[in-house]
Amino acid sequence: MAQITVKINGQEVKIDRGKSLLQACEQIGVDVPTLCYHPRVAIAGACRLCMVEDKKSGQLVASCTLEADEGMEIETESPRVVEARKLVLDLLLASHDVDCFACERNGNCRLQDYAYRYEIERTSFPGERREFPLDNQNPFFERDYNRCIQCGLCVRACHEIPQAGAIDFANRGFSSEIATPFNVPLEESTCVFCGMCVELCPVGALVPKLDRFTGRPWELEKVKTTCAYCGVGCQIELNINDGRVVGINGYEDCKPNYGDLCVKGKFGWDYIHHPDRLTSPLIRKEGKLVPATWEEALDYTAQRLKEIKEGFGGEALGGLTSAKCTNEENYLFQKFVRTALATHNIDHCARL
Amino acid sequence: MEPTRVLVGMGTCGIAAGARKVMEAFEKGLEGIEGVELLPTGCVGLCEKEVVAEVQKNGDKTIYGDLTTEKVERLIEEAILGGDVIEEWIAARPEEPILAKQERIVLENCGHINPENMEEYLERGGYKGLEKALKEMSPDQVVEEVKISGLRGRGGGGFPAGLKWQFAREAPGEKKYVVCNADEGDPGAFMDRSIKEGDPHALLEGMLICGYAIGSDEGYIYVRAEYPLAIKRLKIAMQQAEKSGYLGENILGTGFNFKLKIKEGAGAFVCGEETALLASIEGRMGRPRPRPPYPATRGLWNKPTNINNVETYANIPRIISRGGEKFAGIGTEKSTGTKVFALTGKINNTGLIEVPMGISIREIIYDIGGGIPDGREFKAVQIGGPSGGCIPAHLLDLPIDYDSLVESGAIMGSGGLVTMDEETCMVDVAWFFLNFTQKESCGKCTPCREGTKRMLEILERIKAGRGEPEDIEKLKFLGRNIVDTSLCGLGQTAPNPVLSTLRFFEDEYMAHIEEQSCPAGACTDLLRYEIVQEDCKRCSICVKVCPANAISGKPKEKHLINQDLCTKCNACLEKCPFDAIVKK
Repeated sequence: MAQITVKINGQEVKIDRGKSLLQACEQIGVDVPTLCYHPRVAIAGACRLCMVEDKKSGQLVASCTLEADEGMEIETESPRVVEARKLVLDLLLASHDVDCFACERNGNCRLQDYAYRYEIERTSFPGERREFPLDNQNPFFERDYNRCIQCGLCVRACHEIPQAGAIDFANRGFSSEIATPFNVPLEESTCVFCGMCVELCPVGALVPKLDRFTGRPWELEKVKTTCAYCGVGCQIELNINDGRVVGINGYEDCKPNYGDLCVKGKFGWDYIHHPDRLTSPLIRKEGKLVPATWEEALDYTAQRLKEIKEGFGGEALGGLTSAKCTNEENYLFQKFVRTALATHNIDHCARL
Repeated sequence: MEPTRVLVGMGTCGIAAGARKVMEAFEKGLEGIEGVELLPTGCVGLCEKEVVAEVQKNGDKTIYGDLTTEKVERLIEEAILGGDVIEEWIAARPEEPILAKQERIVLENCGHINPENMEEYLERGGYKGLEKALKEMSPDQVVEEVKISGLRGRGGGGFPAGLKWQFAREAPGEKKYVVCNADEGDPGAFMDRSIKEGDPHALLEGMLICGYAIGSDEGYIYVRAEYPLAIKRLKIAMQQAEKSGYLGENILGTGFNFKLKIKEGAGAFVCGEETALLASIEGRMGRPRPRPPYPATRGLWNKPTNINNVETYANIPRIISRGGEKFAGIGTEKSTGTKVFALTGKINNTGLIEVPMGISIREIIYDIGGGIPDGREFKAVQIGGPSGGCIPAHLLDLPIDYDSLVESGAIMGSGGLVTMDEETCMVDVAWFFLNFTQKESCGKCTPCREGTKRMLEILERIKAGRGEPEDIEKLKFLGRNIVDTSLCGLGQTAPNPVLSTLRFFEDEYMAHIEEQSCPAGACTDLLRYEIVQEDCKRCSICVKVCPANAISGKPKEKHLINQDLCTKCNACLEKCPFDAIVKK
């Protein structure tokens, strides 16, 4: 692909034609602040935080939307840029419920980070604020639009990832807000509760209910694993605090899901520490299920399978596997049934 | 002998002034009389004189104004059937400055033809431009001719139309679109409506020529649903053009195809912004997207698209049929041709005018507009609507052209001219326009959604006498940054009314802030109504008219205004027979 050269803060960068100025900055590690930009959804150019100064025209341009062109020279932290950025943050804070103590995203919030970076202590525009009641009607996440900065990432996530189209912008001007059609409750909308809006929200406006008050971001240990719900094998990150899972995020940089999740993967993890959950194998003895060790259970299973196969032939046996297993596990299981048990009686719950 | 023609102004404005009843009176009065044609026509621009009718008799044209049903009988007897001219009812004479200083190209048919009859358009040279383009010119020659004319977009930005066409023509792609921005959202603007209502075929012809020039076979007119008469007349014109072979398949036997659709907008101001307009046609939310890419390369449904407004397209047939050179000879070097303005506010002759570019504001206000009513002082004129700025009295001799206006902090805009006199408060004017843009902001980008709100709050504070000296700097700081960082033209120009009033009338802001007084006497929070006891005759009329029961006193007793209850509605001051009530 043809390459072009642009100059960022005096440093020359070669970049593929068609890339944005923001991508050129990323390429050389220049950190340009963004709130409405996310590589997984379409670009909006709405927050105006990523403005940089075009040295030749002297104008401020949005680096996320402007394609880099040969010979461009930009400054990413010039006094003009910093003035404009500070104003954008100041304006966002004026309409934001700055109650960081109670916010789940405290310590993991881009608005907070940027306000700190640009040394804004509080807004200089104490005026009217949009006020919304907290929506915690649905079982999965809370919507607190008093914290919303209207970056629109949730809207684009909803329209582009599950293509549910449950939410969009409503009204105009200062009255603009994120809403379902006719403001029906989310449960009655086309929402599939995939939680992608929650994943992409850069502030604390959308928060999973189960995660509330379970640990500050800096207390959490991240463990990468595979989602246990189905054979797709989505890669997830467990958020662990003090040995307990307290939340789940999609893992973005990896196949097959690149961070996308469904309602079960995102919100359905509370079974992990559920008291009803089996923690050891059970063997039925005299009509009663009795806890056993894995060794005992595997020995017993192997012995019974052997007896049946020898007494009645492999055709007397059959295997049924689960969509909650990975493809690899399903493959191994059918291999086991066909070779070790010597039967083709193998099926899968997805056909039921 | 030519029949006598009576054309009654039946634009939306005329109808609102009572033209339907006048029309009915004419119908009744002329019933059974031969040799007189009674026809509806579009707006002739003399709003102040509505209801207006033009009598065309023996080659003479006379425009009568302020008509009522009572006047119809005498008009029929003396002016239509008889040979007289009723001097005292004449709305405007061609030699009077109100008409003589105008130059009508775009509006040449408005008010003189029946817009619902295509024959009349044809008789006045209609579709000659299209015929010439299709039969005698290559598409490149058409683009070249528009470039020669120097025509610049009449929607506000003033981008050269020929260049825009060239971009769309050169953009790769089989399918291309021609779109007309007929949304006209500026408060007080009605130029485009008058063209659509008064000469709809001119718009169609302009779009057809554009289609041929850029290689497009399909067009959309995006017109606001609040213009039902314009939509009706456009639809009639489209049907007639299709029937006569000027629209549809194989136009004039040349193999050129062009179909046209009307998309009715729901009345969002932001849908006048071209990318939001395109999104709205596509059925998406009317919100702008960043440019580039420009519509010329990626427009409607991502296809190359040319967007111009009504007035721009309506100029095209005349440019092609009469030549670009001739058009370029009108106006100034860099702003050629004419511009239509809606003249409103504190001015004697409100109305729709068309003037050559380069004319001074003084000529418009005093010669065409007839000056300010009641001998009051001219203060400023707001040009370019909510995105524009004000031009103060000391710049009255500023020529009206794109570049001079930008230099003075205003813009041409689509052509609203709101005149203001000494009783207009400039802080109030800034608040009015900003209140409009803030409500009409689409809400997408931070500076426009949040920043204009904070500017508005500061203006409200100042208007209420609670401003602080640093508010001036705050307004300038916010304004400058909103201009620099907003996503689309709406946000980038929204602070203009504030910035331009600050530029010329900062002292008026300071009077509100430092002395808690409104020099124009317009900001009600800063007003105080008082009774001058020496002049008061204790008649108690004021006590009776006060809707807030704020004035105490029985007849023959002392009257006093309770300032806590007074709503400053001005009723007492208007009704007092002894001028004993003053506002301070």
